[in-house]
Amino acid sequence: MNKRIVLYILGWIMIVEGVAMQLPFIVSLIYKEQNGFYFLVTGLALILLGFLIVIKRPKNMTMYQKEGFVSTALSWIVLSLAGALPFFLSGEISGFENAFFETMSGFTTTGASVVSDVEKLSNCMNFWRSLSIWLGGMGVLVFLLALIPKVGGQQNMYLMKAESPGPIFGKVTPKIRDYAAILYIVYFGLTLLEFIFLMCGGMPIFDAINVSLSTAGTGGFGIRSAGMAAYDTYYLQTVIAVFMLLFGINFSAYLLIIARKFRQAFRISEIWVYLGIIVVATIAIAINLNGLYPSFYDCIHQSFFYVTSILTTTGFGITDINMWPAFSKALIIVITFVGACAGSTGGGFKISRIIILFKELKKELAIIVHPHKVHTVKMDGKKISHETVRSISNYLILYVLLFFVSFVVISFDNIDFATNFTAVAATLNNTGPGLSAVGTVGNYAAFSPVSKFMLSFTMLAGRLELFPLILIFFPAAWKKNG
Amino acid sequence: MRIIIVGCGKVGSTIAAELNSEGHRITVVDNNDEAVANLTNSYDIMGVTGNGASYDTLKEAEVDSADLIIAVTGSDELNLYACLLARSAGIQHTIARVRNPEYIKDMPKVKDILGLSLYINPELVCAREMDRLLKFPGAIEIDTFAKGVVELIKIIVPENSFLANVKVSSTSSAFKGTVRICTIERDNETFIPNGDFVIMPNDKLSFIASPSDATKLLKKLGFLSGRSRSVVILGGSKTAFYLAAFLIASGVDVKIIEKNKLRCEELAERLHNATIINGNCMDLDLIKSEGVQFADGIVALMNNDEENILISLYLRKNSSAKIITKINNSSFGSIVDGLQLDSIINPKSLAGELIAEYVRSMQNTVGSNVETLYNISSHNDAEALEFRVREESKITGIPLKDLKLKENLQIACINRNGKIIRPSGGDTIELHDTVIVVTKHRGLSDIKDILK
Repeated sequence: MNKRIVLYILGWIMIVEGVAMQLPFIVSLIYKEQNGFYFLVTGLALILLGFLIVIKRPKNMTMYQKEGFVSTALSWIVLSLAGALPFFLSGEISGFENAFFETMSGFTTTGASVVSDVEKLSNCMNFWRSLSIWLGGMGVLVFLLALIPKVGGQQNMYLMKAESPGPIFGKVTPKIRDYAAILYIVYFGLTLLEFIFLMCGGMPIFDAINVSLSTAGTGGFGIRSAGMAAYDTYYLQTVIAVFMLLFGINFSAYLLIIARKFRQAFRISEIWVYLGIIVVATIAIAINLNGLYPSFYDCIHQSFFYVTSILTTTGFGITDINMWPAFSKALIIVITFVGACAGSTGGGFKISRIIILFKELKKELAIIVHPHKVHTVKMDGKKISHETVRSISNYLILYVLLFFVSFVVISFDNIDFATNFTAVAATLNNTGPGLSAVGTVGNYAAFSPVSKFMLSFTMLAGRLELFPLILIFFPAAWKKNG
Repeated sequence: MRIIIVGCGKVGSTIAAELNSEGHRITVVDNNDEAVANLTNSYDIMGVTGNGASYDTLKEAEVDSADLIIAVTGSDELNLYACLLARSAGIQHTIARVRNPEYIKDMPKVKDILGLSLYINPELVCAREMDRLLKFPGAIEIDTFAKGVVELIKIIVPENSFLANVKVSSTSSAFKGTVRICTIERDNETFIPNGDFVIMPNDKLSFIASPSDATKLLKKLGFLSGRSRSVVILGGSKTAFYLAAFLIASGVDVKIIEKNKLRCEELAERLHNATIINGNCMDLDLIKSEGVQFADGIVALMNNDEENILISLYLRKNSSAKIITKINNSSFGSIVDGLQLDSIINPKSLAGELIAEYVRSMQNTVGSNVETLYNISSHNDAEALEFRVREESKITGIPLKDLKLKENLQIACINRNGKIIRPSGGDTIELHDTVIVVTKHRGLSDIKDILK
């Protein structure tokens, strides 16, 4: 393990975060809020500390997968620890475990909150929550690579690999810098587009900024106590739902469309499965909800909003779904686990993984029928290597294991089963709201500090796709010759 | 530049590494997904798995927006066909590796029809390099600048020579004319010496000079300066064939020792004036009985690196000949260096460097002003660059002693209309000069970059 380069990357991450913190400070100047001061101070301290670290470039800039994974995981921990300071120091969120949980929830785009009334938070704090989602959505290291491609030496793709969601990492351009930059351009463009659409619907400008940032990262922090129900027009809620859907799509599709490779873009099977799930789940839930709302159109509206919100792992709500019938709730929990497309800003198990596992399952059955059959698993016309399938199977094991560990640990708080189960599901998949006490109108304040740290860990594991974070606890990775 | 490299073998990897470090956008193509994965995992480049001679694969590698395709798979036919396809897709520059001597013969005729910008034969390049080394037996490396007007020569400083244990500044009286010391390598480190640097015996010293001055200096240092009169080639590979042909053409007595009987007959048929011996080169009795140790030049060209190294070490002890050793695997460079072999040639990286050089000169037409670039250190940390001065700038017309140059950088030579100037403090750089700069900095792209 080349520890020096890990530290070097952490230094750059501190600088990026320190600079990002100046944005909420500017917001505080606009709204004349005293607490913006904490962003200024924390930010400057981070920049200073970061510069002290990066001022000397490590002699040995070689990096392998393990350094990439470990520095990614540590980067996110540092981000959340430092990002929690303004909340904690200003006292707007009391208790460090709460501030840490809230920040981690932001950066991992989970959107699970411990704040019971967000309207009591000052504007700069709310803006920082939304901004953390936006930065976490596409990835902070990706952002860093777009700015300073040499930060990881020659092997910087290990950083990108560790942070990009999905089972297969493929660049669309030869240089990682171009790729990172174009991802951020598309990301920024789509966010801006949503902002414009929301402004057209008459949403106040500060709300529109925050909602756009939060949707883009598929996070789900709102700045109104009523959540998205506060924007009570069909137009606004539909705009939000459609953009959640767009941010849940594999960004490769957008890059291919920009490159005018339409046929290739529309051949990505993952996206069709994704859209298919949305259509089927929306209709099934709408039928199940029939009678609960004034018209069937309302049922469709409610169902579509919540299905996209959960499938993309955003977690916005416009109603209290604890009132929904059991079938609808069950379906919602199922799609919580499914998650969005690989290469999007969404979380979850990822649709491409599920597709590959199902194809592998089909292969297994075919082998029982024809024991000597030679069968290759293909997706989008490309062979899926045995390595990839193996790694996805192991991913599934680790995913289930982590789910149960987390579930057992938080059960010590003696809150009801549905709350515990869905809280873990909602954090591991970076969704945010679950059912019962952690439903759309509830929050995570009731958990003990230990549970909050456990859930923060679960969120980060989910965002980084388990292995980078778990690797930190694998002693061999830290050995010099490991 | 956007470059597609077809074939991820040793040559392909060398080129990819070299060009990637110079900031080009590279896509590699190979049938073998493992080979592609290996490269894309270690460098910031894109990989496509598939047959490089199929249109679909090339399309996936974005052939339509690429500037150059380099086809270096093991198959000549595939390379040529891939280049042809890429041409039809509108690519401007194509480079193919062609190894078959029969194809090579016809290349000048079909090069234009195929639209090839360059064809490269690693074996031929290698043979030419060895031929040159045999011409200057004492030197360990020779590179040419300014179309051959200036040479950069690397030697090992002999003990008891007038160069050993003296300061660089006090050698200038001995160096008349254009000679200038560029780099000194010692213990895995490369130095760009200033006047106070003391030269030690066994240092690897590189200097720049015009060919005639270089010959004079080499003579003075006790290196034989005449061409070897008799050369023994151990191993009868393609490279051996080319090398033998070059040597025979200039009247050298050539002897080839080769294990394989059939190959021997083939060689005997095609090389009338060479002596072909059928036997094992690792058989010391045979080596002795053939009087290998009495030759002026010995080239170890067997397939196996280890055998080449062993036999070279043996002969170095028992013969005063100039010995050239071919080594394919460059990973153990620092260890091989410690063995103090005379000259080491790595055919793959030689070919890779040649292509990288072509790419650089291609690039010159669009921006950078580097004419030639050589990696002159075996530790890859020093380069010699030739710049053309295309415009008046803050560097032109000013005496060199008033320029604030970067550390670890020196101006080795100024070429003004073919006249070589050995720069001293009072000289100036003028418009249309070409300037050779030796430096440990990477990525200089213009003469102005030499300033602090």
